[in-house]
Amino acid sequence: MYEQIEVLACGMHALIEEKYKEGFNYLLDITAIDYSEYVQAKESQFAVVYILRDTSFQKTLLIKTYLEDADIESITDIFSGANWLEREVYDQYGINFTNHPNLRRILNHHQFKGHPLRKSYPITQGQLSYAVDDLSDEMNNRLLSKNVVCSLEDGTFSECNKDLMFLNLGPSHPASHGTIRTYVALDGETIEAAVSEIGYLHRGFEKSCENHTYNQIVPYTDRLNYCSAISNNIAFVKTVEEMLGVSLSERAQAIRVMLLELSRIEDHIVCLAAVLVDMGGLTNYWYMYNPREDIYEILSKLTGARLTNSYMRVGGMANDLYEGFGEELKEVIKKVQYGVRETLALIKHNRIFHDRTQNVGILSAEAAINGSVTGPNLRACGIAFDMRKDTPYYGYEKYDFDVVVGSVGDVYDRVMVRFGEIEESIKIIEQVMANLPEGEINVKDAAITLPSKEAVYTTIEGAMNQFKLTFEGVKVPMGEHYSSLEATNGELGFFIVSDGSGTPYKVKVKAPSFTAMSAYPDIIEGSQLADAILTLGSLNIIAGEMDR
Amino acid sequence: MELNTLTLPLDTAITTKLDEAIGWARESSLWPMIFGTACCAIEFMSAAASKYDISRFGAEVVRFSPRQADLLIVAGTITYKQAPVLKQIYDQMSEPKWVISMGACACSGGFYDNYTTMQGIDEIIPVDLYVGGCPPRPEALLDALVTLQNDLRTNKYNPRRHKDFKGKLDHV
Ligand code: SF4
Repeated sequence: MYEQIEVLACGMHALIEEKYKEGFNYLLDITAIDYSEYVQAKESQFAVVYILRDTSFQKTLLIKTYLEDADIESITDIFSGANWLEREVYDQYGINFTNHPNLRRILNHHQFKGHPLRKSYPITQGQLSYAVDDLSDEMNNRLLSKNVVCSLEDGTFSECNKDLMFLNLGPSHPASHGTIRTYVALDGETIEAAVSEIGYLHRGFEKSCENHTYNQIVPYTDRLNYCSAISNNIAFVKTVEEMLGVSLSERAQAIRVMLLELSRIEDHIVCLAAVLVDMGGLTNYWYMYNPREDIYEILSKLTGARLTNSYMRVGGMANDLYEGFGEELKEVIKKVQYGVRETLALIKHNRIFHDRTQNVGILSAEAAINGSVTGPNLRACGIAFDMRKDTPYYGYEKYDFDVVVGSVGDVYDRVMVRFGEIEESIKIIEQVMANLPEGEINVKDAAITLPSKEAVYTTIEGAMNQFKLTFEGVKVPMGEHYSSLEATNGELGFFIVSDGSGTPYKVKVKAPSFTAMSAYPDIIEGSQLADAILTLGSLNIIAGEMDR
Repeated sequence: MELNTLTLPLDTAITTKLDEAIGWARESSLWPMIFGTACCAIEFMSAAASKYDISRFGAEVVRFSPRQADLLIVAGTITYKQAPVLKQIYDQMSEPKWVISMGACACSGGFYDNYTTMQGIDEIIPVDLYVGGCPPRPEALLDALVTLQNDLRTNKYNPRRHKDFKGKLDHV
């Protein structure tokens, strides 16, 4: 659990500064809430919420402030990670952060009018975009800070004093996953300045949540980080379950742990395969992708889908493991180990691989902490923050595994940390499967989980119950809650506001890829263009989760 | 005439209609440009990997430059922000060209009926083949590919092309 403080908007900046000095030096998330249609009257229409973590990574602090008008002071001077987070709140809610260096839209396109997460904005009101933003003013400001251009009196910029070439990497670019755009100014092969633009895959997840019941949201969570869909399912239902105050049986917890780790393997495989392809090593892709197909095979037997599994439900999961799952899982693990072994045999002592990755794309530990980077990208900098160790859930403390860390924070470390994590995940899966507890997989509570099919067809209570749960959804007590877990890319959190009905009033995802991407332009400035591609691959940016 | 099933003795000349020779060449050398944005693109990766192996159908030379490609595979959600990019890519491909819309999102917006998502790419570019599914299995994509190749073999250009596409970004 975490501590929660309320503060007046005028004292907010000072409080965060004070807390920062006390050790809360890691910013998790910033979001806003529009209370205009809330069941209870609140002090004002908008509140802004800040979530912080301390140096031990064990204490979480939630600071909330009600706004009189839609203005508040920016905290970008304390946390560099706040830059994009505040831009998002501005874009979605129209809240103005004073002293923000670059307050402009981030997820919605530049021709968009209005602020979609305000309750007054109709959910289906789309707006066409006729042209992409040329990003020239952002680029000029960036060049200005490097003294490459000067600003003129009339507000425009002078000619560059260097012979620069401007280039768009993406959004349609083989290494940018089709959705990430980085606009670079090149001096020869060297990147002089870079600005990234995201939002090309902003699919309105958070707004969609506001008109679906809790269980209907589970399929949407699949499509956040689609490389490891089940871990998103779990992070979401875990938050809802905590709001409901239910705890799962040992068996359900163990199955979730096993699936979380299997998803981690699945996801790291895609990342590693892709980054090695970006380096020109196509063979690795075949070695890595074959075991992934085998994982798909058992997952589709278990859940009915290869990729978008939607396997979790509030209070448990869709069905129990099938007979023989354990045996098949063992075979799959062997194939994964084979794939990893073969890949490592190709790269571990490969001069080209070492030269291309070592001391390339360095993210320092300080920058990572200040920029809210999490997960393998943070651990690659040598910081052993892993929620599975620091704030264990689902009995992670029972399992014997190591946290894999790097030392420099370069591409090499990020790649190798992921290889190491695959090994550790296999260790955990083996321990879970070696003594999987017996028992129910769903909580027995008629207000939360669906009745058995037999009860639905033969009793009136069963039929009623099924109907109400399906149409009205699980009723979650009124309140606000943040909860998270260690997903593949790092801390994946959900902040949910419930008004007591079966549909959330507001959902916010704390997405690890979002903050990793916000650190990216700084990392690549000064490096070579080809290295920027590798850096992007090694950060494992998943657009679905970043743009939501 | 089925050119691919012929074994030719040395010193033979074959006569055929030019159209048919061209159709045969096109059928077996589609160069796809993959416009992958989301989850469906991950299934395209599977289709390209060794198990499903799209190269069995002569369509593995994936191009990321539209100017070198003749088959556009749109795999994933297209948002309003992305739409002008997709339109530009499509316009840059030279004729003849074909479009496969892969997945519920590209076909109709899928379950994203909200303020960000284009309700089907046929609002901005014409589509030849729609592949349903969220995501479609790799087999479904391969099926679309084979269907397209059958059309090409019989010299039908774009017989399935969606006729009343809206062209919302055409005149800007
Ligand atoms: S159709 Fe489904 S799987 Fe494909 S991009 Fe859309 S949401 Fe993802």
